[in-house]
Amino acid sequence: MRVSRYRQSLADNPRPFGSPLYAGQSVEMPILSRNGEPAQRRSRPYLHIIVLMLSTLHAVLGRNAARPREKILSILKKLALAAGIATALSSAAMAADMTVGFSQIGSESGWRAAETSVTKQQAESRGINLKFADAQQKQENQIKAIRGFIAQGVDAILVAPVVATGWEDVLSEAKEAKIPVILLDRGIDGPEDLYLTSVASDQVKEGKVAGDWLVGTVKDKDCRVVELQGTVGSTPAINRKKGFEEAIAGHSNISIVRSQTGDFTRSKGKEVMEGFLKAENGGKNICAVYAHNDDMAVGAIQAIKDAGLKPGTDILVVSIDGVPDLFSAMAAGEANATVELTPNMAGPAFDALAAYKKDGTMPPKFIITESKLYTPADDPKGEAERRKSLGY
Amino acid sequence: MTRISFGRILNTQTIALVSVLLLNWILFPGFFKIEWQDGRLFGSLIDVLNRGAPVAILAIGMTAVIATKGVDLSVGAVMAMSGAVAATLVVAGYSGPVAVGGALAVGLACGLWNGILVAVLDIQPIIATLVLMVAGRGIAQLITEGSIVTFSDPTLIFIGTGSFLGMPMPVVIAFALMVLVTLAVRKTAIGLFIEAVGINRSAATLAGIRSRLLLISVYSVSGLCAAIAGIIVAGDIRGADANNAGLWLELDAILAAVIGGTSLLGGRFSIPMSVIGALIIQAMNTGILVSGYPPEFNLVVKAGIITVILMIQSPLAGQVLGFFGRKKSGASR
Repeated sequence: MRVSRYRQSLADNPRPFGSPLYAGQSVEMPILSRNGEPAQRRSRPYLHIIVLMLSTLHAVLGRNAARPREKILSILKKLALAAGIATALSSAAMAADMTVGFSQIGSESGWRAAETSVTKQQAESRGINLKFADAQQKQENQIKAIRGFIAQGVDAILVAPVVATGWEDVLSEAKEAKIPVILLDRGIDGPEDLYLTSVASDQVKEGKVAGDWLVGTVKDKDCRVVELQGTVGSTPAINRKKGFEEAIAGHSNISIVRSQTGDFTRSKGKEVMEGFLKAENGGKNICAVYAHNDDMAVGAIQAIKDAGLKPGTDILVVSIDGVPDLFSAMAAGEANATVELTPNMAGPAFDALAAYKKDGTMPPKFIITESKLYTPADDPKGEAERRKSLGY
Repeated sequence: MTRISFGRILNTQTIALVSVLLLNWILFPGFFKIEWQDGRLFGSLIDVLNRGAPVAILAIGMTAVIATKGVDLSVGAVMAMSGAVAATLVVAGYSGPVAVGGALAVGLACGLWNGILVAVLDIQPIIATLVLMVAGRGIAQLITEGSIVTFSDPTLIFIGTGSFLGMPMPVVIAFALMVLVTLAVRKTAIGLFIEAVGINRSAATLAGIRSRLLLISVYSVSGLCAAIAGIIVAGDIRGADANNAGLWLELDAILAAVIGGTSLLGGRFSIPMSVIGALIIQAMNTGILVSGYPPEFNLVVKAGIITVILMIQSPLAGQVLGFFGRKKSGASR
């Protein structure tokens, strides 16, 4: 900023430092405002035009570089919508409408992208004006965004906290400003009165649903299961493991014979499964693979195919999340079951918020989303198509 | 470096690799079993080669960069970018070869960018390449829109999972690249120039070496290697995962180069030894997978083995071993 100001002042007064004043030349003192910066230097319309052009370019080339035409159309639509909202607001007819700020973690996985787009859809369908802030995986950005929302006086704030600690100060500020805060899909360590409610899935139950499916499928046959764990020490890995173990606890015919971490990624899932297949007699000793997320399962399916076995029949595949690629595999008969981690965390959050705003109904402190089991009977092909449009 | 003698092959790196492989064999007796299946070799040993190939390819480029007293932290991010570009191009309807060409062009451009920052603007390599390490992954995420772009293009899938004469394609590519680059640096004066620039760039420049051009070329080769590794990794899982492809692999590549005896202070390097370094790392990973230890031990075991290998290579260990060696030869005399 300072450099550009200096350049501007040079342009206004093109006299290099140290050059002598000619006789009769008057020295114009720049008008300084109180903080020492030149005042009244805003009369440069071309700057605004450049900024506008750049921001348009950014919007066009930003996320949808592959589909510029659609993007331009959607921008035009949004502009029209914004104009519509502006006129509607001026008529005060929609004064009761809510403005909600949403601080998202950032783009870390396809599921996260789907959560963002579902949140936007949910807000649009309820006529909520959603202000979206991407934190790029940094807590300080989330805190900044929340402070920004408080300053703008939004009606409520949704946060998907990137870490569990360090939220007391900023959430207290929100509380003092009487702005309810709702946590999405992750919890925080801190007093429960700092937030209105927390919407999340029950990860232990997800593991349990997967385990129950396997128990019901293999019945009393012997089944040696290999497990692809998530990142070591991460909460979903610990909880999904726990739930699955609870489900198979009473069934001595089912046992987890190998368990390794695939770091929640496709390539590591494939690599670990390759190792398991070699270690278990070329895969002939494995009855089922349980993956803590679908991406690892997709990798494992490819490893099973490379080993000359049929995933889905020779080795059962059960996993958690419900991403489109797993539904595609399921449609091809290569996966058997997945437990959905719904990206629709915002729907229940908005419901709770509406009830609270209407007559002060306090929602339960922890709203648990449904952990639905999908099998090949649930139109996997249609699910895959439907989910692809959500931006997974 | 003119003649390959028995003494050259019998060094710390190959001994370490053989020891790790034997350790795996003790933990898992079927480790050396190799079968012929569906027109390709199949077994844990092949897995070590196949999974080690991306890091080996990165290590080839990284070794050349480190030999000039630099480092290329951006290779992991460049992998993510090249994979993302290749996947997006085939999904958009372009043919496989075009996608591969596009991905390689991206890698080359990234290498040029790094090279210009280092050689022309004289920015410290660790900072210059850090720029692309951070920004590159972001660009890859922009290209894939944050999701995994899945494709079914036969060319890309062949590069990732196909086989040639029974060997997986990644192994073939890594081997060919290793031979090519080794010949280029050892059968011409390029290797000597790289070492000269690594030891003292000013002196090398004064002696008539066009160090600027050399540095830019070396970083470009590293970028190209990263792009090739990125295409392999994407082809392997039939999708470009911008969030995870190549994540932290730059550190594995540096480690491979260091295990291979390349000096981080520049001036001393060996491409084949770096490839062996990459294989040592992968042999440990595969060994952990087949041995059945709980995953909590993975990193501790890896760290332990690497510490032992690096300790054996340290100057102090060399002196101690040299002392014993002299004593023995003295006794025999």
